[in-house]
Amino acid sequence: MAGLKIAGVTKHFGDQTAVDALSLDIEPGEFVALLGPSGCGKTTMLRMLAGFEPLSQGEIRLGGRTLASREQHVPPEQRNMAMVFQSYALWPHMNVADNVGYPLKLRRLSGEAYQRQVAKALAMVALAPYAERSPQELSGGQRQRVALARCLVTDPDVVLLDEPLANLDRHLRAAMEHSFRDFHRRTRSTLVYVTHDQSEAMALADRIAVMRDGRLEQWATPETLYRQPRTAWVASFIGQGSLLNVTAGWPGKRLEEAALMSGIAAAVTERTQPVLVRPEHVRVLPDAPSAQALRAQVEGVTFRGERYELHLRLESGEALLAYHHAALSEGRQVGVILREGWCLEPEA
Amino acid sequence: MTPALTGGSQHRWLLTLLMLVIVALSLVPSLRLLMEALGDLSQGSESPLWRVLQAESTWRALWRSLYTSGLGMLIALVLGCLFAFVITLTDIRGKAWLVFCFMLPMMIPPQVTALSWLQLFGPASPLLKSIGMAPPLGSPQPLYSAEGIALLLGIQSAPLVFLALRTSLLSLPRELVEAARISGARQAQVWGQIILPVTRSGLIAGGAMAFISSLGNFGIPAMLGIPAGYYVLPTLIYQRMASFGTGVLAEMASLSLLIGVLALAGVALQQAWMKRSRFGLVGHGGRAHDFSLGRWRGGVTALLVAILLVILVAPLAALVVSSLVPAMGVPLTWETVTLNAYHEVIGRQGATWRAVRNSLWLAGSAAVVLMLCSVPLAYRLQRLPRRWQGLALSAIELPYALPGVVLAVACILLFVRPIPVVNVALYGTLGLIFVAYLARFLVVCLKPVAAGLAQLDPSLEEAAQLAGAGPWRRLSGIVLPLVAPALFAGGLLVFLLAVNELTVSALLWSAGNETLGVLIFNLDEGGESVLASALSVLVVAMVAALMLCLSLLAPRLPRGVVPWQG
Repeated sequence: MAGLKIAGVTKHFGDQTAVDALSLDIEPGEFVALLGPSGCGKTTMLRMLAGFEPLSQGEIRLGGRTLASREQHVPPEQRNMAMVFQSYALWPHMNVADNVGYPLKLRRLSGEAYQRQVAKALAMVALAPYAERSPQELSGGQRQRVALARCLVTDPDVVLLDEPLANLDRHLRAAMEHSFRDFHRRTRSTLVYVTHDQSEAMALADRIAVMRDGRLEQWATPETLYRQPRTAWVASFIGQGSLLNVTAGWPGKRLEEAALMSGIAAAVTERTQPVLVRPEHVRVLPDAPSAQALRAQVEGVTFRGERYELHLRLESGEALLAYHHAALSEGRQVGVILREGWCLEPEA
Repeated sequence: MTPALTGGSQHRWLLTLLMLVIVALSLVPSLRLLMEALGDLSQGSESPLWRVLQAESTWRALWRSLYTSGLGMLIALVLGCLFAFVITLTDIRGKAWLVFCFMLPMMIPPQVTALSWLQLFGPASPLLKSIGMAPPLGSPQPLYSAEGIALLLGIQSAPLVFLALRTSLLSLPRELVEAARISGARQAQVWGQIILPVTRSGLIAGGAMAFISSLGNFGIPAMLGIPAGYYVLPTLIYQRMASFGTGVLAEMASLSLLIGVLALAGVALQQAWMKRSRFGLVGHGGRAHDFSLGRWRGGVTALLVAILLVILVAPLAALVVSSLVPAMGVPLTWETVTLNAYHEVIGRQGATWRAVRNSLWLAGSAAVVLMLCSVPLAYRLQRLPRRWQGLALSAIELPYALPGVVLAVACILLFVRPIPVVNVALYGTLGLIFVAYLARFLVVCLKPVAAGLAQLDPSLEEAAQLAGAGPWRRLSGIVLPLVAPALFAGGLLVFLLAVNELTVSALLWSAGNETLGVLIFNLDEGGESVLASALSVLVVAMVAALMLCLSLLAPRLPRGVVPWQG
């Protein structure tokens, strides 16, 4: 097992910079997600890892070996990686077993060892009865599992996944998320997973690299990204919450109830520190507005099953999102208490 | 597809009527031929079909047709595969020029191809004489042979293989190749184990197309085979008709039926394979793959250029040299060079000029008439149920899919007597050739228009309808401007094919009604190779110019309209 080191990788397409000085250190066996909106350069980064695109600058190293730099380019077939494509990329002229076994054939494996490995890989994704089918006869989820089996059959150093769930419906996604986690737990191989869906990334990855316009916005565990986002952009991209301005704290500081409530009471012009308040940290007092509470008006109510989402407007004019156990009528005056907040870096 | 009109029933009826008439007219020649060939079966062993099937010459010509076309197909497969794989898959430079040059032989009329190769080899070759390499007098012309015919058929139909294979290569999703690379396959393994199997059916379809096209080719076996007494089916029909006239029409109809059935069987085979080649591929297709040739790039480029030099540049150079000498057998030097032949062709108002005028007139008016028919026809066809649409298209395609000789014989059968009721005699006039061209080239003009129409979003017309535009108004104000580039390209293609056409007119021309194709053929047969060469040089220049026009138009056209641009 070898760690993957991405150092200052840059990729230009003509005048356009798709990836801009990206650096990541990925531990062996780690499940990593590259997350960002479409066009942020995450797929380009994945294709550079695979070796389909040369780098403009920087270096990619796997263990002690340089895979790619400005001078050097190891072709994809010599990198010992595997990839699951968004379109599955199953070869239509081979049946399921041949598709899975093809990487083994290229490694000159044959006979009983070959059969055993293919059977093992198919069993792992629960597709053993489908070995003789052609890929066209399978459903989307089954095709995806064939692609997964093809990845794990050779014991690759790194497995790359390019939006593997984008073509599946919602129910299937949940099931496939489970099989990805299962796959990672069993193989302990290094996984790099590209997605634009934050809930997918949060559910699966050990660490997430959030990308925006080709640059790395934040590189952290899902918990850290949720609780301690670096910028307002990351905060709005991951989870729900409201951005308020306060006088207290500094970027990277957690504010407790007292500091937060006093910091927001100041005049608007003095409040310069942006702070993120998650809806679960807002307490709504529908009936008894106390002296400490801020006053707000209910602007909208959305039923979410287990609770209601309240869209509130503070007296200062700022919008605030809160959860509540009961529906409140629109236009009603309520009191709110902010129990904690996270100070963000101001937008450049 | 839902009919977009409810109120405009008059408009709908008119279009339907037009469509029915055109489909019927497309079918009539083939039906007439079928009637003639099968009509007298009751006479038993005396019936024309039976006599033809018993004649030894029939089976000899059939075998020779199959042999030359089969060998030609193999040559076309080798050339077409090499160019398609290298140009589509690798990072070779100058792709656009390589494609253009490789496609040019398909658009050069076969009689000109044959003539230029004849000028390249043989003891009288002005080019060989000029560089002092001509074989001694009396040595045989190597091209007057079955293998010579096959070679030229192969070169002429190689672009068909190239196109079919290139299309399936371009539709191959990039991910299939990348998945193999990352599984550990080297470039050569990816090619052999992934690309070749997935695109195999495109390859077979291309081969079938090359075979059919060679089977129906008249110009090449006529120029190379007749002097050697080597007759294939189309030239056998031509020779019989030339010697015996309309007296042997019934037998010729039977022969035509034979070759027509062969060609249609080939078409059916090809379409079946094309259908199988659609795997239902998912992914990002439509993009050339980028195999790196590395240090081989120079060598591979040199190989392709060398092949183009041999199959295109050398024969055309020989043609130009031949057109500049005062007489065959005279080497080209600064003293002998002369433009007399061009003077003769352009300057004198003789038979040459008349043929040029006839061809320009025929091709031009055929293009205009077909352009006028194509838009309403395609518009109505698009609104037919899928099944009927397929049948109507097959009927329209029939006169083009059949070898030209077959269509010519059918047209003679139809018009040898004056048309009843109106009492107009077409036989022996330019009108006969004109009607044959209309039937033959309709599909050439219709296909780009239909492709353009299929690309139009139906909501464009619906929006105009809601704005209050009636059916005719929509056709002229919305549909026509949007398909105009495709329509224009279709007309140009018709002109390009018709102006050089030989196969149909070889049987249908009469004194005073020669076409350009017939003239080149006759000049060469009459020993006037220098004049024929000069005329051919002009024809090639015109073809290249028209192709360039189409290339310039290409960015505004639906994909696949311009055959040499994938």
